[in-house]
Amino acid sequence: MSRVRIPPPLRDVTDGLQEVDAQGGTVGDILDDLVSRFPGLDGQLRHANVYVDGEDIRVLDDLETSVAPDSTVILLPAMAGGF
Amino acid sequence: MASRALAPSLLDLVGSTPLVELSRLAPPGVRVYAKLEGQNPTGSIKDRIAKAMIEAAESSGELEPGRELLEPTSGNTGISLALVARLKGYRLTCVMPENATEERRRLLRLFGVDIIDSPGAEGSNGAVRVALELAQQEPRYYMPFQYANDANPRAHYEGTGAEIAVALERVDCLVAGLGTGGTLMGAGERLRESFPEVTIAAAEPLPGDPVMGLRSLEDGYVPPILDVSKLDRKLLVSNDEAAAAVRQLLDQEGIFAGVSSGAVLHVALRLARELDEGSVVVCILADGGWKYLSADFWDADDPAATMESSHWW
Repeated sequence: MSRVRIPPPLRDVTDGLQEVDAQGGTVGDILDDLVSRFPGLDGQLRHANVYVDGEDIRVLDDLETSVAPDSTVILLPAMAGGF
Repeated sequence: MASRALAPSLLDLVGSTPLVELSRLAPPGVRVYAKLEGQNPTGSIKDRIAKAMIEAAESSGELEPGRELLEPTSGNTGISLALVARLKGYRLTCVMPENATEERRRLLRLFGVDIIDSPGAEGSNGAVRVALELAQQEPRYYMPFQYANDANPRAHYEGTGAEIAVALERVDCLVAGLGTGGTLMGAGERLRESFPEVTIAAAEPLPGDPVMGLRSLEDGYVPPILDVSKLDRKLLVSNDEAAAAVRQLLDQEGIFAGVSSGAVLHVALRLARELDEGSVVVCILADGGWKYLSADFWDADDPAATMESSHWW
């Protein structure tokens, strides 16, 4: 099981949980597992940036990025800075 | 570029910043260099893009005498634009959230900048919204808008990146903070020309954290000049990690840098440890620590607790 950190805007649909465990060998599998347990996440995840052990999956293999059982997956709302 | 000893104008001293080796912090066998952007005239990397954006607008005819400058910023970009505006004789108005620190306002006012407040609750997005509306209503305003201005990455292609390519015979990894994306896009593209195998790595703050000294924009705004597909690595850095690294810079290398430089160093050292012996890492330290001196984290036992971060976990 890998650990997934849920950002505040998505906690309404994860029963208030900040962290949940999820099963799967890739980011895609992990997200599918999450949606099956928290159907309210369906459609919301496309607006999230996903990180595996702190690294953005867009510079890795996107949804095919492999996730080790001891990895932490972070979901964050998409955004950028530079003020 | 004017000689360092004698320059006709302060604007001729923008860029050509030094690279210094971080021999005390680098892992064995890897060389890590820091580009000290705090040594630009107003003390930050934003001098490069302020000068470039204004001169590009003058050349294209968009910015004529009598027009005024407008930019949403309470940070380094405002101070840099203020210097360029002062020396070139333009009025500058900065739009910033009403809760921006008095220190920043004071510095901008000293440079003769007019300040317009935007609703504090809307954060930096509100400042962008108000500035965009004003620019549309008042044709006298010219808004450089660093997030969407091609002169921003171009300044880093022609300046920052070219300077590194000339100074070093080998670069395996470039690390810079992710703000507008200008540094990573421009310097990254230039370094790829000289060193095709170079890894371009972004140090990214947690959203809402003040780590970058450059506030995050909420609601999914992606700067038009940023193309994430051109980044090879993109790593999140927490407040704790950035604060610890900025202290390391000061304690071990004597470099008094701004908070975003801590995030950049943290990523640079993580990547340096992954590299083969003989590799060279360059990290861009965007500004000095002076503007953050009143922050409490410098001498706190638990630096993260002193930062006005939004708590994610």
